[in-house]
Amino acid sequence: MDNRQFHHALTISSELCIGCSHCMNVCPTEAIRVRGGIAILYENRCVDCGECFKACPVHAISIGQDDFSRIDSYKQRVALVPEVFFGQFARNISRSQIKEAIIANGFTDVVEVETSVDLLLSQMKEYVKANDSKLPLISSFCPAIIRLIQVKFPALTQNIMLLKPPLDITALYCRRRLVDKGISPSEIGVFYITPCAAKIAAIKSPVGEEYSMITGVINMDTLYNKVYKHIRNDRKLHYDKPESTTLSEAARCWTLTHGEADHVPGRNLAVDEIHNVIEFLEKIENDEIPGLDFLELRACDESCAGGVLLTTNRFLVTERLRKAITPNKSENTEAEIDSYSDYLAKRIAIQAIHPRSMMKLDENMEEAMRKMDKAAQMLRCLPLTDCSACGSPSCQAFANDIALGEADIRQCIFIQKSREQTGELDPDESLEMMKSVWGSSKFYSNRK
Amino acid sequence: MHFDYTIEAGDFSKAGDASSHLKKVLKQLNVDPQLIKRIVIAFYEAEVNVVAHANGGTAKCCIDLDRVSIELADSGPGIPDIEKAMQAGFSTASAKVREMGFGAGMGLQNIKNNADHLTIKSEVGIGTTVEIIVYLTQAQQ
Repeated sequence: MDNRQFHHALTISSELCIGCSHCMNVCPTEAIRVRGGIAILYENRCVDCGECFKACPVHAISIGQDDFSRIDSYKQRVALVPEVFFGQFARNISRSQIKEAIIANGFTDVVEVETSVDLLLSQMKEYVKANDSKLPLISSFCPAIIRLIQVKFPALTQNIMLLKPPLDITALYCRRRLVDKGISPSEIGVFYITPCAAKIAAIKSPVGEEYSMITGVINMDTLYNKVYKHIRNDRKLHYDKPESTTLSEAARCWTLTHGEADHVPGRNLAVDEIHNVIEFLEKIENDEIPGLDFLELRACDESCAGGVLLTTNRFLVTERLRKAITPNKSENTEAEIDSYSDYLAKRIAIQAIHPRSMMKLDENMEEAMRKMDKAAQMLRCLPLTDCSACGSPSCQAFANDIALGEADIRQCIFIQKSREQTGELDPDESLEMMKSVWGSSKFYSNRK
Repeated sequence: MHFDYTIEAGDFSKAGDASSHLKKVLKQLNVDPQLIKRIVIAFYEAEVNVVAHANGGTAKCCIDLDRVSIELADSGPGIPDIEKAMQAGFSTASAKVREMGFGAGMGLQNIKNNADHLTIKSEVGIGTTVEIIVYLTQAQQ
């Protein structure tokens, strides 16, 4: 079992949270409860998918990035930019303009994250051949999915492909290339422009690696605002550079749905959106679907185009990336990264990924059985409405919370009403119980 | 711990409900994930057999600290030749069943590969009982 803490990039502000419970009700791993009028996160169940972030009506949930000024500590400031960032801009804005705007905001280099995709793809093809006893293989691309599997589908951790995702390979390549040019490693800052919380969590507490090559993370919406402002205000290009991407079509579309599944050999499926993935993984766990070779699984609807930190509609981003034209590569031009193939190939593997199951009621099976019996007994008294007035997302979750000693059955309003009738529960006690879950301010009718 | 399930006749949309439920239970009891996988696969295959061939049936699961035992019983047509039925690829599934993607003839083999013990008792015209045992501790395997 991996005992290191999961770093979470999602934090709920106790000042801004109004205890509305929207986040609790959308969390796919039931990692949120309401206590004292605010939402609290059960860190060992959270997979950083960002559904809560999307659901919060008052923006009380934030995705923790590094301060932008951190880039100033480095002489060489590399921005690692995913394709979906470029896809956010209208077609009349060229990639050169965007890159120029990024540099104008303080970076010295702009490198597309997907630069290493062609190399990764060739390694994945080798991997599939060498590992045909562990089918279906599951892509290691989406960190939220890796965590989801560790937490909810622990038996499938052994199916995850133990290869670095493009981000880590490209980061390694960038550093190496700069060091080869004579720049000291301590002067190199590699900053990832992230589309989501999960990628941040993966960098701060990597799974399958000791540490990450990434110096810091900047949220994609933060950089988008800076770049967009610059482009709007700076109407003419200072440099008239031609369209400057040499990415292959496979690389450009890698982070879109079907980006991997279409290129890996064999019978593959691409599933996006976390609830779809959960439904599908249940079937894979039961061995219900034989004959599959590879699964591309993404937590967001439309994959990274639907990342929570993107500003533009995900369908437009997808359209723009799919329709962009790849310049023809002449036979003699070799991408610079090709000369680093051996170096990167030797470092492309990650270590085994361990289960971190949070479904268990106890480490000890006998204790777990006792708690399960208690939860079942509690559930028999509960209304099964899943109204969540108790502060837990469902009656089953509430019953488990009681068995685990984390909740009191009197938090259930149906139980309260019944017991008030019989005199077992005094109305004042009942109100205090509700206040302990929802806070006092929800119990007075005048709200300014 | 005991869990009893009813397996509905001919309802393929529900085939797998019992094994899914048992899977959730085993996860909550912190049973080793690889053991859960074996138990669930064996149970699922047996459950599908009841739906596909018999006229519905029951499954009784018993979870002890050292083993999980599952007994499936039905009053279906019975198996005339159990040894033949165990052969990989041999199937008596109807056309309708095959259309749905079942009936490849690997079911009983799959159960045998995943269970520590498999006992099949059957009488033609009366019904079939299938008993599956998976040990939870290494010592008893």
